[in-house]
Amino acid sequence: MAAQVPTAYYLVLAAILFSIGVGSFLIKRNIITIFISIELMLNAVNLTFVAFAHQWHQISGQIFVFFVMVVAAAEAAVGLAIIIAIFRTRQTLNVDQIDLMKL
Amino acid sequence: MQLALFIIFGALAVAGALNLLLQRHPINSALSLVVVMMSLAVLYWSLGAEFLAAAQVIVYSGAIMVLFVFVIMLLNAGKEEKTTGSRAAYIAGFPGAAAIFCLLTFVFLSEQKALGVANLGGHLNSGLNNIEELSRVLFTKLLLPFEVTSVLILVAILGAVVLARKEDQ
Repeated sequence: MAAQVPTAYYLVLAAILFSIGVGSFLIKRNIITIFISIELMLNAVNLTFVAFAHQWHQISGQIFVFFVMVVAAAEAAVGLAIIIAIFRTRQTLNVDQIDLMKL
Repeated sequence: MQLALFIIFGALAVAGALNLLLQRHPINSALSLVVVMMSLAVLYWSLGAEFLAAAQVIVYSGAIMVLFVFVIMLLNAGKEEKTTGSRAAYIAGFPGAAAIFCLLTFVFLSEQKALGVANLGGHLNSGLNNIEELSRVLFTKLLLPFEVTSVLILVAILGAVVLARKEDQ
């Protein structure tokens, strides 16, 4: 019999990835890298969905991941278009210099 | 087998994520995210989600990351420069992320008894395979949301075209 892995370990791995995503979202100053860390957080949440779907023998968790992937693809397309538009008007990718709406 | 897969690809995913955090050039961050996504695809497969593993490779590490790399190359993004705002983010960012990690890990490990173990291969209710079961739910119970996502994609395509278009013409 092969060695088994507790489901909690998968969830802890997802927590590690999510916290790295949160940390890099807060620390990075480049708008593209911030967007990349959002994708990392989405992936971490997907892993918890798949782990729970496996745990409870339900397909619903995998359906959730499917829809998250679809929305992430749409979000990436629109977000990168926004980044291109920002770069065209401001000539910078640094979020500290894009502060028009800041008080 | 399950344990070996989990250790190897879990470590690879964490290493890729840390590399994403530490690299200063966007293209290096994007390529380390590809490593994370590929190892997550293996983990999905080991949890019995074969379709999602394939979709992860095709959609995420294929389509989305190509889009990212394309935009990074298009905008000729260089190394990010340090500014005054980032020092405050360092002070708040690391403790905040560590607090989230500690809270989540505490909850998951204290509920470990109730959660059980993961076996290699799918163990879903019926004897169907993963893709058959997924599509059966998608095309019967969730047909309307599934079709509405096509409208969402269409709107996203139109939005991307409108946003990225040059205005002075």
